[in-house]
Formats: sequence, structure tokens, C-alpha cells
Amino acid sequence: MRARLDASFAALSDATRRGVLEQLGRSDASITDLAEKFHMTLTGMKKHVGVLEQSGLVTTEKLGRVRTCKLGPRRLEEETAWLERYRQLWDARFDELDKVVEELKRKERVDGRKKRE
Amino acid sequence: MDARRESEATPMKNRTTVERKSEREVVVTRTFNGPARIVFEAWTKPELFKQWWVPKSMGMFLRSCEMDVRVGGRYRLVFGHDASNTDEFFGRYIEVTPHSRLVWTNDEGGDGGPVTTVTFEEKGGKTLLVLHELYPSKEALDAAGTGAAEIMSETFEQLDELLVNLGASVGPS
Repeated sequence: MRARLDASFAALSDATRRGVLEQLGRSDASITDLAEKFHMTLTGMKKHVGVLEQSGLVTTEKLGRVRTCKLGPRRLEEETAWLERYRQLWDARFDELDKVVEELKRKERVDGRKKRE
Repeated sequence: MDARRESEATPMKNRTTVERKSEREVVVTRTFNGPARIVFEAWTKPELFKQWWVPKSMGMFLRSCEMDVRVGGRYRLVFGHDASNTDEFFGRYIEVTPHSRLVWTNDEGGDGGPVTTVTFEEKGGKTLLVLHELYPSKEALDAAGTGAAEIMSETFEQLDELLVNLGASVGPS
């Protein structure tokens, strides 16, 4: 469940993918349609759709030579969504804190070397 | 020295976990690749704290950050892109144990604010950080809140709304 939520939020973090969801909310579309609509290459759009598909937000079906995309069956439970928002906030903060910790460690090493010299 | 290098050669991202422990409590954990002394420093020196408390993805600007880290000392964070439109978060430290424990109040919302406890536990050069927020009531937690989380959640609420609308327009299948 948590892995799926992570995937959903990663999927939703991108403006194009949100646009694709909106578009698919209006009607199903082929990857070619979507690529044209969003002024992207077919390969680029395939990647976006792949991410959305992995998260369960979109499903695709190949009919002949055309792959049709439509919205997946998923909805976010309110509470889980709340916790996930909360986790996202702290995760983003802690990624930055990682950098500060690395920088402080680096400085300590430099200072340590200076003292030894 | 060599062991140290080895641990740094694997920059694996550590996991942030969040758990709602009870109706009034939320616990966040994360391990950092550094000693508790350093992680604690990053929580207690304003010039360091400012570097990470407001990640870019939040789209917020921290105007000022004052922290008097000692028992009874106050902190005050002011957010906002212009001086006429700011958000403030403030409270006071009720426990300060260097390198191991910080406890503070969140008073901007009146009585409904949580008490935040952060513990730093060092093991093999790494630090397990546990952040615990205790709300005065279930309602307060549900309504949270929790400082900047609320502002960030606006973005996600828009997404939730989008998802609900999308779900609704698809209809039962």
C-alpha cells in the first residue's frame, strides 16, 4: 500500500502527468493523441504513461497497433492521503537535512586535517 | 578512516516513515549518515536550520528564523514572499538535552497546537531521529495543521480534488 502511494505521489509530482490525468478524465486517448496534445515525442509520452500506469492511476490496453490509455480504478483514502502528505513534507525536509549533515561532516574533516598539519 | 569512507561510498537514500501512533500522536523517523552531535547542531543553529526546514518543493520563503535553544527559550519562524503577507510559527523549548533530545511547543494556533519531541539516537556513526507530535485532541490532529504541513497540503488537496473529480467522471465501472 505504502509503495503504491509513493508511486502515486511521484506520478502526480509532474505537471505533464497531471495534465494527462485531466485529459483522460475527459476521454480515453491513445499515446499518439497524448503526445500530440502535450507537444512531446512518442517516447517521452510513453515514459509518462508508464509512470502513471505503475502507480495504478492509468491503465492501458493495446488494440491492434494502438495503445489506448484510460484512468485507473484507484482513489486515495483520506487518512492515508493525510499521512502521505505529512510524510512527503518530512521526507523533503530530511533530504535537505542530509545535505547539511554531509556538509558539516566535510567541514569537520577539513578542520581535522588542518589541526593535524 | 577506511570504514568511514566505505559508509560514504553508498549514498543510499534513507527512508522517512510516518505512523499515526494513536488518535493524538504522529511519529516520523529517519536515519541520518552522521553522528548525533552534527544532526543536533543542524536542528539548533538557525543558519543551518534555515538550509533544510523549507525544502524548495514547498514553494515557501523563510523570511526570518530566531531560535533561543534553551529551556524556556523561544523560537519564531516567519514565512512569506512579501512583508505584508506573512505566516508565523512560534513556541518555546521545554526540554533541551544536547545531542539527544529537544521538546518544544507550537503556539501559533493557540491551545490546539502539538508538543513536538525530537530524539537523536547515535549508533555506529549514524543517527536515528524520531520526531513525535502529540496533539491535545484527536480533532486537533485531524485538523492539522502542523505548521507548514498545512500550506504544503494545499497543493496536495488540489491533487486529491483532481483525483476525486476524475474518479467521479469515470463513474462506476
